Amino acid sequence: MAMEMRLPVARKPLSERLGRDTKKHLVVPGDTITTDTGFMRGHGTYMGEEKLIASVAGSVERVNKLICVKALKTRYIGEVGDIVVGRITEVQQKRWKVETNSRLDSVLLLSSMNLPGGELRRRSAEDELAMRGFLQEGDLISAEVQAVFSDGAVSLHTRSLKYGKLGQGVLVQVSPSLVKRQKTHFHDLPCGASVILGNNGFIWIYPTPEHKEEEAGGFIANLEPVSLADREVISRLRNCIISLVTQRMMLYDTSILYCYEASLPHQVLSPGPLPSSLICELLCCLFRDNMHISPILSQHPSV
Amino acid sequence: MAGLELLSDQGYRVDGRRAGELRKIQARMGVFAQADGSAYIEQGNTKALAVVYGPHEIRGSRARALPDRALVNCQYSSATFSTGERKRRPHGDRKSCEMGLQLRQTFEAAILTQLHPRSQIDIYVQADGGTYAACVNAATLAVLDAGIPMRDFVCACSAGFVDGTALADLSHVEEAAGGPQLALALLPASGQIALLEMDARLHEDHLERVLEAAAQAARDVHTLLDRVVRQHVREASILLGD
Repeated sequence: MAMEMRLPVARKPLSERLGRDTKKHLVVPGDTITTDTGFMRGHGTYMGEEKLIASVAGSVERVNKLICVKALKTRYIGEVGDIVVGRITEVQQKRWKVETNSRLDSVLLLSSMNLPGGELRRRSAEDELAMRGFLQEGDLISAEVQAVFSDGAVSLHTRSLKYGKLGQGVLVQVSPSLVKRQKTHFHDLPCGASVILGNNGFIWIYPTPEHKEEEAGGFIANLEPVSLADREVISRLRNCIISLVTQRMMLYDTSILYCYEASLPHQVLSPGPLPSSLICELLCCLFRDNMHISPILSQHPSV
Repeated sequence: MAGLELLSDQGYRVDGRRAGELRKIQARMGVFAQADGSAYIEQGNTKALAVVYGPHEIRGSRARALPDRALVNCQYSSATFSTGERKRRPHGDRKSCEMGLQLRQTFEAAILTQLHPRSQIDIYVQADGGTYAACVNAATLAVLDAGIPMRDFVCACSAGFVDGTALADLSHVEEAAGGPQLALALLPASGQIALLEMDARLHEDHLERVLEAAAQAARDVHTLLDRVVRQHVREASILLGD
């Protein structure tokens, strides 16, 4: 009777197998980047003894006279116009505090929040007292960044009907540097689920709603039971996203879809345990081969 | 301890090392996915695991927020099975609190806290038969992994003095023998000292030599950690693509 056995052996780093090398200038804190005083210093650097020294571990980026070091992994740094998914942590007097994986909690002002039915009127004292009825601690919302304060805190708004409180679905938290900037972050995937790729690294997977006309801004919580087929699709998508993240690949709708298609031959055991690292590598190797076949899609226009 | 000489006539220590040699160091970054930064280091038989969360909004009392700097919060705990006798309280006892305070002093000197006002950085270290040096080295790697800006690496090493020779990187046997022990945390590029601590008594004539031995050992640790970080950054950079 033949048996298959795998002995433990140290895995070779993936970069060796890919056979690539990086052309970027990599630095660690304490490294001197340049002694030329003509350069302006950007993020990730500091001036010490007439030299420009790096303060984070990452790659050096130079734009004309500006030198900055981009760290491998940082918290989310807000920019106006980004879509974020966040969780309410506090209900304060005229605003909510939202946790968005950034250095300070973000702020959602009552006046930046949509009223039910999309009414436009001045917020009164009754609205203030009813704040907890709209959003409580622990609720998830999708919003857009309106402004960035001087200390880095971000101000959100849900002025469009497509933003608002999120209903049933699955949240995946990844590093913000892995989410690709695109024209739209709300995607309806053909496999039967929809996904919101927040710029702050929070990804929300939910079943595609059948009736698209009633965009109520999320005030009506849809608590109907989700079918088993939809739930399997959502679990599979979550595992695909986690596989892509462990292999440090950028997340956008096409990459998630390709990974999903590559994973169809494998069975979904249960939504709980993470996929094994071997499957992660297998999927991403298949995916990279796919990317070679379709070079046009890999040059996604980023706006 | 009769029959156990810490330094033999030929210049070998109990575990076969020379006076200035370090124990074998292995380190890895990015050990936990759910934390912002994490690292694991093994220095001989001592194993330390460090986890960093932050910078994030200050939880708990809002009054502790500093308007111009970030708050660095360190907690040290040791495994109950790590010492000779099983410890019943893994954290909260006096030694752990003191170690936590020392780590906080060290990292407040190295992290550029002015860049993140009103936020908090948490460093949790767990060590096995732990000494201060392994904790600091692990925490440095974890802070680097989290992308928090630092002036430089913080490399630490211990040193002792036996029979007129300065020994670098003490093992548990040498520490238990009861001689003077010096713990040094250094920022290698500029040579600045972040923390210097000593227990027991040492004649000031010998201080210079012991300090130099500790500094040289810390620089050797820096070479190793530097290599680990560069390898990690290169690996991640290749995977992300150009």
